[in-house]
Amino acid sequence: MNANLTGYTGDPRIRLTEWLPWIVAAAAFFLLPEYLALGVRILIFILFALSLDLILGYAGIITLGHSAFFGLGAYVAGCLSAKAGVSDPFVQLAAAAGAAGLLGVLTGAVILRTRALTLLMLTMAITSILLEIANKWTSMTGGADGLSGVTVAPILGAFKFDLFGRVAFIYCLAALFVAWLLVRRLIYSPFGAMLTGMRENTMRMHAVGAPVYMRLIAVYTISAVMAGVAGALLTQTNQFVGLNVLGFELAGELLVMLILGGVGRIYGAFVGPVVYLVVQDYLAKQFPEYWYFGIGFILVLVVIFAPGGILGLLDKIRLGGRSS
Amino acid sequence: MILYVISVGLSVTMGLMGFINLAHGVFAMAGGYVFATSLGRLGLPFPVALVAAFLFTALLSIALERLLYSRLYSAGELAQVLFTIGLIFMSVAVARALYGTLAPPVFLPDYLRGQVHVLGRDFPTYRVFIIVFSFLIILGLWFGVERTRWGAMVRAAVDHRAMAQSVGINTRLLFTLTFALGSGLAGLGGGLGADIIAVQPSYPSEHLVFFLIVVALGGLGSLRGPFIAALLLGIADTACKYWVPELGAFLIYAATIGVLLWRPMGLFGTRV
Amino acid sequence: MKISKLATVAALALASFAALALASSAAFAQTIKIGFITSYSGLNGNLGPYMERAVRLYIKMHEKELPPGVKIELITRDDTGPNPDKAKQLAQELVVREKVNLLAGVVFTPNAMAIAPIATEAKVPFVIMNAGTAVITTRSPYIARTSFTLWQSSYPLGQWASKKFKTGYTLVSDFGPGHDAEEGFTKAFTEGGGKMLGNVRVPLQNPDWAAYMQRVKDAKPDTLMVFIPAGKTATAVMKNFTELGLDKAGIKLIGPGDITTDEELPNMGDVALGVTTMFHYSAAADRPANKAFVEAWKKEYGANETPNFLSAGSWDGTAMIVEAIKQQKGKLDPDKTMEIFKNWKFANSPRGPISIDPETRDIVQNEYLREVRKVGGQLANVEIETFATALKDPWKELQKKK
Repeated sequence: MNANLTGYTGDPRIRLTEWLPWIVAAAAFFLLPEYLALGVRILIFILFALSLDLILGYAGIITLGHSAFFGLGAYVAGCLSAKAGVSDPFVQLAAAAGAAGLLGVLTGAVILRTRALTLLMLTMAITSILLEIANKWTSMTGGADGLSGVTVAPILGAFKFDLFGRVAFIYCLAALFVAWLLVRRLIYSPFGAMLTGMRENTMRMHAVGAPVYMRLIAVYTISAVMAGVAGALLTQTNQFVGLNVLGFELAGELLVMLILGGVGRIYGAFVGPVVYLVVQDYLAKQFPEYWYFGIGFILVLVVIFAPGGILGLLDKIRLGGRSS
Repeated sequence: MILYVISVGLSVTMGLMGFINLAHGVFAMAGGYVFATSLGRLGLPFPVALVAAFLFTALLSIALERLLYSRLYSAGELAQVLFTIGLIFMSVAVARALYGTLAPPVFLPDYLRGQVHVLGRDFPTYRVFIIVFSFLIILGLWFGVERTRWGAMVRAAVDHRAMAQSVGINTRLLFTLTFALGSGLAGLGGGLGADIIAVQPSYPSEHLVFFLIVVALGGLGSLRGPFIAALLLGIADTACKYWVPELGAFLIYAATIGVLLWRPMGLFGTRV
Repeated sequence: MKISKLATVAALALASFAALALASSAAFAQTIKIGFITSYSGLNGNLGPYMERAVRLYIKMHEKELPPGVKIELITRDDTGPNPDKAKQLAQELVVREKVNLLAGVVFTPNAMAIAPIATEAKVPFVIMNAGTAVITTRSPYIARTSFTLWQSSYPLGQWASKKFKTGYTLVSDFGPGHDAEEGFTKAFTEGGGKMLGNVRVPLQNPDWAAYMQRVKDAKPDTLMVFIPAGKTATAVMKNFTELGLDKAGIKLIGPGDITTDEELPNMGDVALGVTTMFHYSAAADRPANKAFVEAWKKEYGANETPNFLSAGSWDGTAMIVEAIKQQKGKLDPDKTMEIFKNWKFANSPRGPISIDPETRDIVQNEYLREVRKVGGQLANVEIETFATALKDPWKELQKKK
């Protein structure tokens, strides 16, 4: 999969077009009040996709286990509230981030020594373990029933989550904004350049003396923290967490979203979830059987014919057919 | 044990051909459905149904290989992973549409039902049958790979494709046939196991982890490896569920991680 | 002349006013929107249609009873199985986007629990037509249930079993209803003098029956109480029970009626003969209300189709909703609706006389002891005894005593 290699060693200042997503979000807030719940889901998945993009697209680590961090964050936030009575939203977020980060460091140190199939399988095994734990430890996680009774205290003491999702939307938007700034900072730095180097040619990076292993763990951990926060946001805005956060379906859907948008580029993680979730909102209700087939089909098509995703296609069009 | 028959096909395709085929479970599922339908609705005898499962799946895999897989041989791991996941989604939807969400009933022939008395304990006849059958398959495969010309050609082609081609081996055909064999085995496994591991649309995604575990634990490119791995896993899993049901499959995963850290190439792996 | 002109104008004005009034009241046709969430795919996804069909059939047969100009619109959504996350999302959309007047349906407990806070926050009455864990109705003051609770079937079952068997074992799916069934049965069984040799909980999705069954067999209880979600899972359990030789070992299989659900009986084959269950509804019941129900069902949906307990729960739930609509003349107020629900009684349900307990908003009904027998060449759950009448949910009753 060839990601967009141009421009990321260049000017780190924010281009005008990069403000577009935020303008769209603001517009949606005012113009589509009935769809804000969907908007919240989109924002959360953008964050999740962004975290996966860091690992998959930039560092080139193929993992099917990102749900582990997402799910862990979701459950930590949920259990903290429902079982320990901690309802401050920021404390919940911090706890989720911390837990996910810890898992990221620990598992990263272990599995990043391996490659390809073994790595892939280990990531899946880790997620499966978490799923089993969540499934069995019913007193803590609610098991198959899910964890209800998650309460989130009003944000900053004043803003309570409402049925329409207004507060939730702003809250997630803020979180995403912060994450976006962080990711940009990372990518446009020597660290980011090295990530690209590691992905493209690991051997040479070793030869150049770059501490590949440590850097991989670092990016893996950062990505895990982001995924954990996304999971916590889901729990907070839903006031509920269920086993599906650790399931294969969610992981697969996330992959589709990312590939659809364009892996290896920041805005691929923005475009993908928007397109996917909006289309799903409409089509999945009309044709639930065909929807699932459609996702698979699109994934296959994209992989074979348009590996750069939507943004990749747009690039091609923009460059007038010149090979990218 | 079912895991073995299915996974050996995966070990073959992944180890010998270097292609990450996560959709292996799809072939197992297809075989399972064909088997159940042949046995049930079409009323075919048991052995015929098994053969049907094998053949159908092999043919299906040839079609898919020619049309889709072959485009991705050199496309890199990510593309292969994504593509096969896409296949999983599609086949799950197709299976749901064709068969509904629930497992088709499997009516085993009488001679395979009931129990046999071995060493003072009762064992379900069918499970004994499966173990024996799997053993025969491994013998057959080993013989085929080690002792026949075909096996030699495959090994040569995998070691060095260009060289093999220059010696006149039709690698393209070889890969297709090997893929067909691996997938056909999966179909056979799916059919054999239909009674025990229910054939439902979610089959490929649910059991994916297990197939990968068996292959990774056993070691890519090895035939003995997945067999031993499946045997160990099967015993451990059943024992766990019997003695400590609260822990469930937890121990399996933990053990897998443990073993792989100690020996990243699997127990008998010849390549990473 | 002037007066008659005035009179004519007045008369005309009055007439046109009256006409307008009539026309506008017809134009103000009230559409009651019901947001119906159930499972059409996923685990036991074949069950959704059993509920939807019952709702539609009832509406079709009783449309004329509705106040003039009032119609019911059923908006259906698929929660794809025990997926509380998705169910909650769907409920939120139904309430915010479609602005439904009522929520109804739900096969699985986790989904119902996830939807409860939405019903409360939006003040939308939520009629539960299947999900059977006892605690659900306490999760929102806007919930009323017309289906059943697992304690209602498992507790009497335990009472009956304690008189027939000395030792017992339970095997249940590991989620809300399963826990209820296990606790209800165990409590009654041990209170009645029986001894529980063990309880095992199996994962909801894809458990490997062999290992669990073997464990039970080795413990050698007199009876095994099983609860799993109704549907194809029941058939799988039945098969495993006999294949592993538990029946030959002299262990009697019993459970709430979920394990011999009416629409699956033909698939189970003769292995199901003799299984004794305790439940509130059987399609084979011969009371006139049920006969009429089954007949209407077959007429509408085909001679080979049969309703099951989900259909009964949905049928009665719809009856309750229609009653609320009738009483409020089509203008539904959430709190008034809940008042009507709380005091609702229905003597002619296919399952016998039922009512809602005003304190708990939960269903009150009879429990029947049934056995699987061959009737007219087909397997059926034959009701052999009315074990309990007008039984309130035992779990809540026990809670009160604490």
